[in-house]
Amino acid sequence: MVVIDATGRPPMASGAVPRPVRSRNPLDHGVPTGREEAWRFTPLRRLRGLLAGPDADGKVSVTVSAPAGVAVEQLDAADPRIGRVLTPADRVAAFAMARAGGATAVTIPAEAALAEPVIVHLHGESPRTAAGAAAGVAYGHLSIEVGPFASATVVLDHTGSATYAGNVEVYVGHGASLTFVSLQDWDAGAVHVGAHAYSIGRDAKLRSFTVTLGGDLVRLNPTVVYRGPGGDAELNGVFFTDAGQHQEHRLLVTHTPRSCRSRVTYKGALRGDAAHSVWIGDVLIEADAVDTDTYELNRNLVLTDGARADSVPNLEILTGEIVGAGHASATGRFDDEALFYLQSRGIPPAEARRLVVHGFFAEVIDRIQVTEVRDRIMATVSDRLGETPADDGAEPAGA
Amino acid sequence: MTAAVSTLEIRNLHVSVETEEGPREILRGVDLTVRKGETHAIMGPNGSGKSTLSYSIAGHPKYTVTGGSITLDGEDVLTMGVDARARAGIFLAMQYPVEIPGVSVSNFLRSSATAVRGEAPKLRTWVKEVKASMEALEMDPAFAERGVNEGFSGGEKKRHEILQMALLKPKIAVLDETDSGLDVDALRIVSGGIEAVRAKGETGILLITHYTRILRYIKPEFVHVMAAGRIVDEGGPELAAVLEDSGYDRYVKGGEAAAPAGAGAVS
Repeated sequence: MVVIDATGRPPMASGAVPRPVRSRNPLDHGVPTGREEAWRFTPLRRLRGLLAGPDADGKVSVTVSAPAGVAVEQLDAADPRIGRVLTPADRVAAFAMARAGGATAVTIPAEAALAEPVIVHLHGESPRTAAGAAAGVAYGHLSIEVGPFASATVVLDHTGSATYAGNVEVYVGHGASLTFVSLQDWDAGAVHVGAHAYSIGRDAKLRSFTVTLGGDLVRLNPTVVYRGPGGDAELNGVFFTDAGQHQEHRLLVTHTPRSCRSRVTYKGALRGDAAHSVWIGDVLIEADAVDTDTYELNRNLVLTDGARADSVPNLEILTGEIVGAGHASATGRFDDEALFYLQSRGIPPAEARRLVVHGFFAEVIDRIQVTEVRDRIMATVSDRLGETPADDGAEPAGA
Repeated sequence: MTAAVSTLEIRNLHVSVETEEGPREILRGVDLTVRKGETHAIMGPNGSGKSTLSYSIAGHPKYTVTGGSITLDGEDVLTMGVDARARAGIFLAMQYPVEIPGVSVSNFLRSSATAVRGEAPKLRTWVKEVKASMEALEMDPAFAERGVNEGFSGGEKKRHEILQMALLKPKIAVLDETDSGLDVDALRIVSGGIEAVRAKGETGILLITHYTRILRYIKPEFVHVMAAGRIVDEGGPELAAVLEDSGYDRYVKGGEAAAPAGAGAVS
């Protein structure tokens, strides 16, 4: 596809994709009022003061289990690996970087081929108040590095409860391949604001899954940059937003070098009063990023009245010579005809709804190669739908 | 009540749908009895109410029964939910089967069989059973891993419907325009599948069709002609031959049950 306007010049910067201030200094970032584009969907009062960078009074413990050969270490605050991928774009990320007091680093050596996933378990240990709110504020920083030509799977598993501002930097070496899962399976009272910054090396591949199920408020900001041509980033997401939950995913993929590919696929289901999901998909194709191939998709399934899904894709293209660039966003309700069809085969209504929701998520979840994680997500979705999985002996019947 | 003979009885059935102008009556007193092992054809012009009858038997929420009764072996079908009707032994092969993305055919078939049979079929025999039924319908085994009706051709959708009928072994199967949109080969295969179920003698078949084409493969013992929401003529297979020659004109133009103005567009 070649996009050239009537003047024959490549398209000009439209400003469709915002360029936030980037700085490690929290004070360089304005205090949001809620009217800013980046904050207009977020209920600021439910951030529990994170915008002001309060002192930590809670704890999120970090436990890493990793196959042999993987280095796990604590970085001090001055380590150059901190801030190598991420320069904070808002106050919360900047405060998190300033107050985390270093980082937990996981390094997969060059050319390693890990047979088992690295599991990073982040557990919020802050006591809950009588009102059920997570009291304790905690900051965290993770630095994940995959050496050149290595292949690995890394799973971040967030559980428990906290008011947590946590940054993640992921540095994928040239020719490396990383499957990265971030599972937000928080208890009901948790607040989680996180910048997840990925840097993709030349000819490297990232396949990421951001799965948000729990928490009172989760706001994640995955960003991708490429350090050379041939980079490939698949950003998959699944969220299940229940009554009262706010789940926000704001993605930014910046294509700077030529011949890189990005695919964004987020699917969300919403249910109950004041369930609110926000998906922002920004893709910026810079002037030198010829031969770019990008597509982003968000589909939401609204299961009941009272839930709200906001979905905003933005695409800004500064070169005409690209392979393809597109986006799609659709929010719909249960297909009554699909439910009728299943029920007409004897399947009870609740089971029919479970099948439809599982089918809706399957496109994304079935790509997760980590069986335990995949099963846990499906089981959680089933539980949330008020049904335990039937004995469906999942083996293919026609094999 | 003995269950030796499964019987679907429809008595004076009146059914309406909601339209922008308010409820509109489509079925105006249908009487029909289908027993296990019998094959009935319901024929009629577009808009006569054939599809409404099939959806009403299955319990589609769009159709409101305003009078009359449907019973299966004496049990009131109208008080049953859609899924309970299927578990009681009623099956509807749909004219336009619905796509359910991400739900594999194998998972769907097993969920259905588990629900209808009341217990999960034993895995080993189930796999054989599905495989044999798919082979009979000349379906590629890879089919089982596709999403339900997702990207299926017209012929594939209809074969999938008949596959379900073969596996669920209903007492009464309503086949709504199963022949529509099939080429000659697909019609032969689908008809073979229906014939195989019929030959077992355990299922009463209600074949709803606009055309006589499928009746060359499946010979009904009873033919009913529907027009303007009623059964207006009944006979044996010879009636189908008459319809093939003369069409429905005599039922829709000035006949005793001619369609009132405005009823012609509903199917």
